Amino acid sequence: MKKFILDLTVVDNVRLNYQYVLLKLTHSEKLPPVLPGQFAEVRVDGSSETFLRRPISINFIDTLRNELWLLIQVVGAGTRQLASLRQGDMLNMIFPLGNTFTVPAVKNAKIALIGGGVGVAPLLMYGEWLYRKGFECNFMIGARSREDLLQLDEFSKYGHVFTTTEDGTHGEKGYITQHSLLNTPDFDYIFTCGPTPMMKAVSRYAQENGIFCEASLENTMACGIGSCLCCVTDTTEGNLCVCTEGPIFNVTKLKWQI
Amino acid sequence: MKNPVMTASGTFGYGTEFLDFMDLSRIGGIIVKGTTLRERQGNPYPRMAETPSGMLNAVGLQNKGTQYFIEHIYPDIKDYDTSIFVNVSGSSIEEYVEIAEKINELDKIPGIELNISCPNVKEGGMAFGVSCPLASEVVKAVRKVYHKELMVKLSPNVTDVAEIARAVEYEGADSVSLINTLLGMAVNAKTRKPVLSTITGGLSGPAVKPIALRMVWQVANAVKIPVVGLGGIMNANDAIEFMLVGASAVQIGTASFIDPAISVKIVEGINAYLDENGFVSAREIVGAMEV
Repeated sequence: MKKFILDLTVVDNVRLNYQYVLLKLTHSEKLPPVLPGQFAEVRVDGSSETFLRRPISINFIDTLRNELWLLIQVVGAGTRQLASLRQGDMLNMIFPLGNTFTVPAVKNAKIALIGGGVGVAPLLMYGEWLYRKGFECNFMIGARSREDLLQLDEFSKYGHVFTTTEDGTHGEKGYITQHSLLNTPDFDYIFTCGPTPMMKAVSRYAQENGIFCEASLENTMACGIGSCLCCVTDTTEGNLCVCTEGPIFNVTKLKWQI
Repeated sequence: MKNPVMTASGTFGYGTEFLDFMDLSRIGGIIVKGTTLRERQGNPYPRMAETPSGMLNAVGLQNKGTQYFIEHIYPDIKDYDTSIFVNVSGSSIEEYVEIAEKINELDKIPGIELNISCPNVKEGGMAFGVSCPLASEVVKAVRKVYHKELMVKLSPNVTDVAEIARAVEYEGADSVSLINTLLGMAVNAKTRKPVLSTITGGLSGPAVKPIALRMVWQVANAVKIPVVGLGGIMNANDAIEFMLVGASAVQIGTASFIDPAISVKIVEGINAYLDENGFVSAREIVGAMEV
């Protein structure tokens, strides 16, 4: 897929909670095609503190409005700056980068999309894509507390939503990997993105039950286009760049300590 | 070379990664990723740390080896309309020689950049670049078997870079390039652990530019062969500064991570500077700093 360097304009900056914002961006021309699971390398401001671009999952493409959404968790100087962008500000982005999720082979496949934290970002776009293609999705979203659950209203447009919170303020109490829905391991496909311990637990569950499972990794990156070889993950085929061979990997290929 | 702007090894892959962003024929040359005799997996993740105005890397020369390069990569890149140099790295003199002999056979590769300065490998690499006798020995051995342009990439992790430059010039290097990355490290105060899996890594980016500029100036004053300057060049003005202190050409490294099309913009910027200041050729500004 052809990659572009574009200046997008901020249409809206929606504060989701104390730690997350949703940036909605647009372009004067039609946005280039993006596949679910792909990401963008975002130029913050090039200051000494935020020298490199930030790799950020593409959360959603609203084709009618010609909008691209980025879900931002404020973790450091770069994301803090991104969270402070206002309507009309420009953001320089390189995208679309990386691969996409595997499309389930049969229409009646039982699919779980399991996310946690900011890791829910690519699952929304993939969920919408699957919904449009006629698949039925189960979104399983875990968070520390009720206020950390993101975009539940969006997810519910495209499938069933199940939640867990560590403090029991929403959905079942505990981790998402402890959700009762997983007691019967009859899923055909699991797609996961979120904190590494969560993805490892999901991966273990999938492998124990022989379920096809893909995880979207978020290693630190410099270039995002496979030229610096900084973001590698150890796989059965050796060190592979998360930016070009991923970010989505079949978990059987990953040499995670699970 | 059609112009003095090249891309630095390890920051531009094999050029193919950049085809969506720029026309490779617009730049003077590409120095492809460091190539070793056998395949190397490189160092474990994490291999990169962002630092003030720069970054540390500890990739450790991940590549598929010389034979793979010859069979699978060379055919795809040999017809690019720019000069393609192979960056050669060995863990022993014999290895450097063996790779150089093989690359010598490739018609469309006008030269090699001998990497005696990689700080991220346990054996060889920088060890050859920080000792005059070893630097001399490896260049002498490679010179015997390699008959095209032999550029030697120097390490800044030395007391006297000019001394090493003179030594490799004496043994027949056609040019020197500098600087490779500066040895540095980063620590995470929260976890009380090093950020890089290798603890130390190589620092690049604008943070190193003043040091690179100083070293290029010192070397340009010490040798007669052309000097290729690199280290934190982010724009045309930076490149011009390197040329003014004596670099005949420049390499663009870390900047390509931030703007994949930057090397073409630097070519354009240098041309604009030459026009504005009444110079006909880039050669006129090489070493033109007035003290």
